[in-house]
Amino acid sequence: MTTFLGVPTRRLAGPDDEDPLRGSRPFPAAAADAVRDPVLRRNLRRATTTIRAKREHVVSEVADWEDLRDTGSAVKADVMARLPELLEQLESAVTARGGVVHWAADAAEANAIVTDLIRRTGADEVIKVKSMATQEIGLNEHLAEQGIAAIETDLAELIVQLAGDKPSHILVPAIHRGRAEIRQIFLERMADVPPALTDEPRVLAMAAREHLRRKFLSAKVAVSGANFAIAETGTLAVVESEGNGRMCLTLPETLITVMGIEKLLPSFGDLEVFLQLLPRSSTGERMNPYTSLWTGVTPGDGPQEFHLVLLDNGRTNALADSLGRTALHCIRCSACLNVCPVYERAGGHAYGSVYPGPIGAVLTPQLTGLTGGHDVNATLPYASTLCGACFDACPVKIDIPSMLVELRGRAVDAGRGGVPDGWAAAMKAASWVMSGERRWSVAETASRAGRLVAGRRGRISRLPFPLSRWTRSRDLPAPPAETFRQWWARTRGDDDAGPDAGNPPIAGTPAPRPAADGGDRP
Amino acid sequence: MRIALIATCIADALFPDVDRSVVRLLERLGHRVVFPTEQVCCGQMHVNTGYLAEALPVVRQHVETFERAEFDVAVAPSGSCVGSVRHQQAMVARRSGDESLAGRAEELAGRTYELSELLVDVLGVIDVGAYYPHRVTYHPTCHSLRMLRVGDKPLQLLRAVEGIDLVELPDAQSCCGFGGTFALKNSDVSTAMLADKMSRVLSTSAEVCTAGDSSCLLHIGGGLTRLRTGVRTVHLAQILASTRDEVAGSVTV
Repeated sequence: MTTFLGVPTRRLAGPDDEDPLRGSRPFPAAAADAVRDPVLRRNLRRATTTIRAKREHVVSEVADWEDLRDTGSAVKADVMARLPELLEQLESAVTARGGVVHWAADAAEANAIVTDLIRRTGADEVIKVKSMATQEIGLNEHLAEQGIAAIETDLAELIVQLAGDKPSHILVPAIHRGRAEIRQIFLERMADVPPALTDEPRVLAMAAREHLRRKFLSAKVAVSGANFAIAETGTLAVVESEGNGRMCLTLPETLITVMGIEKLLPSFGDLEVFLQLLPRSSTGERMNPYTSLWTGVTPGDGPQEFHLVLLDNGRTNALADSLGRTALHCIRCSACLNVCPVYERAGGHAYGSVYPGPIGAVLTPQLTGLTGGHDVNATLPYASTLCGACFDACPVKIDIPSMLVELRGRAVDAGRGGVPDGWAAAMKAASWVMSGERRWSVAETASRAGRLVAGRRGRISRLPFPLSRWTRSRDLPAPPAETFRQWWARTRGDDDAGPDAGNPPIAGTPAPRPAADGGDRP
Repeated sequence: MRIALIATCIADALFPDVDRSVVRLLERLGHRVVFPTEQVCCGQMHVNTGYLAEALPVVRQHVETFERAEFDVAVAPSGSCVGSVRHQQAMVARRSGDESLAGRAEELAGRTYELSELLVDVLGVIDVGAYYPHRVTYHPTCHSLRMLRVGDKPLQLLRAVEGIDLVELPDAQSCCGFGGTFALKNSDVSTAMLADKMSRVLSTSAEVCTAGDSSCLLHIGGGLTRLRTGVRTVHLAQILASTRDEVAGSVTV
């Protein structure tokens, strides 16, 4: 039976990218398609605008917000400086409390460890708490290949999973879907969907709740990530909004937590800072509804088997880099995504990585490394106007714009040595022209040919490639008849900056009038 | 005060009236303006595109030019060029191993100001005696806002202009989508951002959209004229330089 659901009918399956950290297309090409998608644009605009306003409101009411950010940044810097020692401390604390710690150098190792642990329980179905680390290693896909079903229990993750789609936001993975699409996904893909499903948010949520409840009660194994791990006590923390996490962390017999090695905090007291920073920055709430803390295994209460898989997967490469290591300070709040004007138009899929937005643009290339100038991840550091909104919003003060510039430099350096492309040639030429005043003046004079192109309107509306990328949507002004330096030379000739320069103009007298046409229009 | 003008490559080549306006304005306020003629560019375009090695000679040209000149403070009618002088030039020099150039760049950066900073913080003027009888909306450029933290200094200056009808721009703090070579490399996203900026500008019914950066105005203006909106872009310096006798960037031009 087919049901006519009307427009929109976008692909539900999402992008085909196989590698969780590397898309199949360069960012500009993927983003060019995204900006043409009206449903995506509307959803992103609405969602990011709402969450930005909420965040701004709850941040503005904290008098010592800047101090909290400084403290958060300092604690993370300390963690990175002492990471090996703190990780060993965490391992002994978790082990002392009955947990088992596993070390995974990369995605393949982590997937193999988790698969083996699940196999040993005899389960062929696991429930999952939303987790970036398991997305980063493609755990669900790997488990499916091994005949183990991994069921996402976060509502938005469930939507994405049912659709065979990919998350497009760190916190709001189905941000690109509207409720009509969510209804369509449930009707087509959810086995126990109620037949009278409407697209009312409450009705959709209740349908998901019914569906998930059965899974919570039957599952023997849960897989989670972690927001924080306390080295001193071996305590793990998950913060969430829906209560699905609490059920996953308490109901099953076995709990497997996969966590990036950078998620450590030295002591329990550090949570005071981060539990203020995280919810306000991510969901724009004063406090998240559910905070679950657990330490090893407690006899008779909760999972009786606990495994912690510590994941490197490129993190030590970033750690070895004095600038790159600050990207590891990230607490995955996604505030930078919500304030980013590029993310707001392009959406998360355009980045081709499970980490989209500004933090993704700096983190992804560092985790994967760049394989050369043609690596699609080399386009990520350019996916920004360097407007700086991300730096201002970051609760741990990661200077994302400076990192983007540095990574651009590395992307360029990685491509050196081969045949220079158009950009390299143009930049080299511009460098030569702009490091000599005479050469610059000659170039300015030559550009005056643009006055012919511009014609009577004084605007240039069409230029050949690559400047066509400007003129396809924007005019350029015609170059003026006289540049500023020519005007200066004509009207102030000898009055350069030398100590013996000509007579200063008398204060208060009007300066000479500008060139007769006065026609330059910014 | 003896003030050195950093003309900025873009205003020198495309918007000379912006620089002429700075000269007119500062001289009207009784200061001596000097123009070290060997200057070209701050190097920002190369840095932000990732060509840091190519930025080095451009930065050196800037630093050496201004070192040779004699002045108290330097000013540029651009938040982003001053941002580059303050936050990038020393980094470029240091990355290439030229510690001496880095130190000299830092010394220079310490006395380099964006126009509204110079007027409000250094010269201590808010009312510059300008007259500009138009409906104007102000776009705070990203680098002036978030790199330099000029705050509402440009607005303070604009509010003191006689005859101006200053209207608030909704979502003012969001980027216009220029981003230097971003506008070419990511032309589609850049245009999408510009479309939203233009719709905000049009919603104010202003005749003029002003800002402190010629580059952002190049972008916003390029879109506004393409669509024949009839809204013009005029640099903050041009408004502040305007008087009853001489209205810069006049709407009738």
